[in-house]
Order: sequence, then C-alpha cells, then structure tokens
Amino acid sequence: MKRKAITLLLMSMLVVSLILSGCSGSDSSNGNEGDSSSDQTTIKFMHLWPEGSAKQHHGIVQDIVAEFEETNPGVKVQLDILSVEQYKEKLKVLAASNELPDVGLTWAAGFLEPYANGNMFAELDDIKGENFISGTTEAFAVDEKTYGLPLELNIAPIYYNKTIFAEHNLEVPQTYEEFKNVVKTLADNGVTPITVGNKDRWTGSMWYMYLADRIGGPETLTNAINRTGTFEDPALIQAAQEIQTLADMNAFVKGFNGLSNDEAKGPFMNNQAAMYLMGSWELPNYTTNEDVPQEFRDSIGFFKFPTVEGGKGDINSFVGGPGVGLFVAEDSEVKEEAKKFVSFFVEKWGERSVTDAGVIPATKVDTESVDLPQMYIDVLNELANASNITLYADVQMSAGVANEHLNMIQSLFGGQITPEEFAKKHEEALASEE
Amino acid sequence: MNKVMSNKTVIALYVLPALLVLIALIYVPILMTGYYGLMKWDGIGEMTFIGLENYTKLMKDAMFWDSAYHSFLLAIFSTVSLIGYLIISLILASKIKGANLLRKIYLIPMLLSSVAIAQLWLKVYHPSNGLVNSLLMTFGVDNPPAWLAEPNLVLQALFVPIIWQYAGFYILIYYAALKNIPDSLVEAAKIDGANPLQIAWKIKVPLIAGVIKVTIVLAIVGSLKYFDLIYVMTGGGPNGSSEVMASYMYQKAFGTYDFGYGSSIGFFLLIICLVITWLIRKLTATKEELQY
Repeated sequence: MKRKAITLLLMSMLVVSLILSGCSGSDSSNGNEGDSSSDQTTIKFMHLWPEGSAKQHHGIVQDIVAEFEETNPGVKVQLDILSVEQYKEKLKVLAASNELPDVGLTWAAGFLEPYANGNMFAELDDIKGENFISGTTEAFAVDEKTYGLPLELNIAPIYYNKTIFAEHNLEVPQTYEEFKNVVKTLADNGVTPITVGNKDRWTGSMWYMYLADRIGGPETLTNAINRTGTFEDPALIQAAQEIQTLADMNAFVKGFNGLSNDEAKGPFMNNQAAMYLMGSWELPNYTTNEDVPQEFRDSIGFFKFPTVEGGKGDINSFVGGPGVGLFVAEDSEVKEEAKKFVSFFVEKWGERSVTDAGVIPATKVDTESVDLPQMYIDVLNELANASNITLYADVQMSAGVANEHLNMIQSLFGGQITPEEFAKKHEEALASEE
Repeated sequence: MNKVMSNKTVIALYVLPALLVLIALIYVPILMTGYYGLMKWDGIGEMTFIGLENYTKLMKDAMFWDSAYHSFLLAIFSTVSLIGYLIISLILASKIKGANLLRKIYLIPMLLSSVAIAQLWLKVYHPSNGLVNSLLMTFGVDNPPAWLAEPNLVLQALFVPIIWQYAGFYILIYYAALKNIPDSLVEAAKIDGANPLQIAWKIKVPLIAGVIKVTIVLAIVGSLKYFDLIYVMTGGGPNGSSEVMASYMYQKAFGTYDFGYGSSIGFFLLIICLVITWLIRKLTATKEELQY
C-alpha cells in the first residue's frame, strides 16, 4: 500500500515539474541560444508578414536577413512571425514584461508614443540618414527624437471601376458637385457608388478627413487635434454634414457599419461597387496580383479626392502617412548590431519592396531604373507632387481619443448623431485628456 | 488504501500540487487584477498608484453601464431560453421517433469554436447576400435591415447565434439528468393515471431541480462574462451598441492602453459574478433535495 502511495506521489510531482518546466521553457531556450558559441550574436527580430498572408513581404525579409547574415559573419537573425492583430497584442505583453525583441515593427505616432515614453524603444537618430521622404520619420518622433525608421509610405486615392463609369457615361469628377452627381447617377441606376467597411471605423474616418481637408484646408483638422483649433470649426462641422448627405444619398454600400474592410472590398472586386477609397497598399490588387483577373485589374483606375467649391483645400493634398517602421529595443543586449541590422534593412527594403511587393517605401526610389506597372508610377508621381499629406486622424490622436473619434465616425455615418454633437463629443474627449 | 487515505500528511501531499497550480494560475492573477485596478498604467510604462480612482470613474462611466445593461439583457435572455432547452430535452428523453438524429442536430454547434460560429453568422447576416436578407427579399421585403449595423437591432441579432451556440450544451445536461430518472417512477405514475404532461411537470422536472439550478447559474454567469462571439462579429459596435462588460474591458485595456482601468472593470465583473451566484443560491435554496 505504501509503495503505491509513494509511486502516486512521485508521479504527481513529476506532472507538476513538467508543467512548471513548460512555463519556464521558453526563457531558457531563447536566452541561451546565442551563448552556445562564444562569438555568436543573435538578433531577435519580430515581424508581421507570415508567408501565408503576405508572401512577397515575407520573401523579401528572408532575403534581406540571409544577405545580412552573410555580410556579417557571427551574427544570426532569429525571426518571430505573427499576423497583425496578434503582433500588436504580443508586442504589448512583451513590453509589459520587459522582453521586447531586439528589432521589431511599430506603427507611428499614437501607437509608438507609450513605448517611447516608457523608455522601451531606442533613439535612432544616429542611423537615420538622409534618404527618407520628408515627413515620414517625423511621424515616428517623440519630442524630436526618432524612435522608429519607417518602411512604407501610403496615400489614399479613390479607386474607381472604369467599366462601370463608362456604362453610365460618367467622367472622373474634379469637383465635389460633380462627384455627387456621379454618386446620384450610380445610386439611381442601382449600382453601389462607394464601398466602405466602416466596422473597422478608420475606413470611414478617411472620408471625413478628406472632406475636412477640402473644406477647411490641411491645417484645420490637425489643429483641432493638437488643440490650437477646435472641432467646432464650421469647416469640420460642414465636413461631418457632408458625410451624412452622402449617406442619405445611398452613396455607401448597404450595411457599411457592419462590414469589415475586407468584406467591403468584395463588392468592389466583383464589379458591384464603383468606388473605393483606400490606401496605396491596395495597388498590387489592381496591378501585379495574379490571383485577380487581368480584366478586372485593367478596369481599375484612381483619382484624387475632388475639391469642394469654396473650400480651402487643394486637390494635391492627401490623407495617408507612413505604415510600419522598425524599432530597436532600448534594453537590447545587442543594440549596436541591432541598429546596424535596421539601417541595412531599410536600405535593402527600399531597393526591393516596390518591385517585389508593391510597397511604396518611405525612402526615395529611383523610378527610372525599375520596371513598374503604370499605376504605380502614377501614384509615385502623385506622391512626389503632393502638397500635403495628412496623417490618419486616429494615428494622430492618443489611443483614448482615437477610440472616441472612431466610435463617433460610426455614429455619424449611421445618422445616430448630428454633426454638431459629433463636434462636441470630440471636444469633450480631447478636453478630458488635457 | 484506506489507511493511506486517512493519513493527513498524504492527503495534504496529494492535494498540494493541484492546489499550488490552481493558486498560481487562477487566484494570483485575480489578485493581480485587483491590484492593477488601483493603478494608472498604460501597460507599458510606469505604474502610478491612484487608489480607488478607477473604480469611482467606473461608477460614473455611462458607457460601462450601457455595456452592463447589455450583459444583463443577455443574462435574462439566456435564462429564459433555458425553458426552451428543457422542453426540448423532455421531448427528446421521452421515446420519440428520430430522437437520436435530433439530439445530434442540437449538439453540432457545440463542436464548433466560437470564432467559426461568428464567421458563419457573419455570412448569415451579411446585409446584401446573407441568408437572412436573401430570404427576406424573396418574400418581398425590399429593404431588409443590415442587422449588425443597426444600433437598435444588433444586440438581438447577436443573441440568436449565442442561443444557438449553447443549445446543445444545456440540452445535453438536461437530457443526461432526465435519463437518470428511474423508469419505475414514470411507470408508477402512468399506472396511477398521470398524463405525459403531468409526468413531465410533476415528476421529471422536480427530480432534476438541482441540475436546473446549476444551469441557471451557468447561464447567468456565462452571459455576464460573455465575450468571444460579440468581439468577433461586431467588436462592440456600431458605436458601443453591442458592447458587453467583457468586451468593454478588453477594449479599454488593449484598445486604448488603459490597463489599470481595464483591470478595475475585470475585478468589478468578478465581484458582480460572485454576488449573483451567491444570490441565486440563496433564492433557490430548498430545505431538502428530492431523492429517487
């Protein structure tokens, strides 16, 4: 009897030790790998392009890493790959437990700020260099110190279906009045004029931002956010009013507040919706992506958001901004190597991302020397001529205010609040954080 | 063996490993949550102790009370639907034709993960080519609502898949309990001239009263902490009209970097669940359980 008891006891202890070793297992395996040979350095790099969902990006990263390891003997780059939402959460958890990877990806402004203020990211001004398009690194700066080096730059044009436009004898609108006529003609003929997946909310925010820009000029919205102006500015209220006018005209796809961006893309890709306002990261779908029928790709064009009569904004002003950028962890044990890797990565990325992945990099590209689809060249040219790029409103704001803004956008589109209430709620949210 | 089992040291040794794991994985995190709830913390930088400020803010947070109201609606709705599950189980447990097949049909949703169910029902509710709206349109409704985009419909629309998702679980519990009732009792009642309705209401239901009590607690507490389907299907939108307590907590902690506030919501949620469980037990306490 006693033997049996002892066996059981031993077994239960074994189980516990197994469970506990499982908990600590990740630490020991990660931490010691680099020490196995004394002059081997390991840089941990976490990114968000899994092979399944971002094949081209994934491939470029693999190549750059291989090249880096080749030119830097003794340095190994260890990859950790997650999808976007998981990535955001894991980064936060790692930050809270002070275990950030040596190099990783971050978003600009509002996303980056808590990390910069919490002393998690290293300053990168010493490796910044001159090659960035102006305005891109600034979005990754807090108190004039740069904490991230941007990889991509995006602007958001309105993509439109040329075939649908031709069927209804429509021209690309130059002014907002013309634009409303296009919307009306399409809606009257039973075609969805615009598809927008406003469950994701930032999609609707872009429409509001453009109207605010065209009516009030590029500074009005930015000033309202940084508190030198106000959301109760007549231009911003009028912009909110126009959103509701468009919604009342049935401009937006049915059920937009319940559709995610990916779902909303469907009607556009299936020739059921005529227009789609989205960042230039969508370009591959209309140019190089072999999974999309050639006929459809050929039928897509883009135009700039029309000007509003009497408004202060000009047609070359865009909503957009840098996408992700690279950071180096402040507490990294291999900070020098990590920084070296980052500047190497940025340079190589600039060379390859346009042609291979259809990304517009944040570094200057020599378009002469590369062979690109026409639509890319057009967008790159628009970018070169841009008079202003307004960073996405929710990125400009702090997380709390951004959330309120995005909720209000949904209510505004859904007609549950008036433009005046919309302005007031923003003022309240901004005031509560002062 | 008996000798070993009555040895106090051995009992302690047996219980200890599980107890330690339980404490480390469940109770310590709960206490930590309560502790974080007293902090102003974005989850990354420095923590500042602010006492009960998060909790006083919570009491005045209209958005939180909205989400609490939605959670309570869900709790009431789930509890009421227990009656339906019970009736279905009573029918299934009496020997009817095809009971076997029906039982499997009710059970299938249980096999799917919440995320899969959410994806499925997103398709069902799709505003233009979803199952519901396609049906409505064939029946001549020109402009069917976009279910998940209408603030005053979204909550009810979400309740349907939740009910569907849990039907199998509760039916299984009731069915198992009903099958446990000895046939002799039912036979005796039949001989005394009771009709099926009387047998069900006067004999079977009282005999499984204990199980029913447990399912009520499960349904209410489960509803109060409900999260997954709502998070995937609407994310609490449009503008918070389908937000429940747990999704609000998540949004505050991970969406807006207010970890301290999120923790205080979590801790408050725990207290609500404990109080309600205790209340139900008090209210439904009977002096003696029926035995068979």
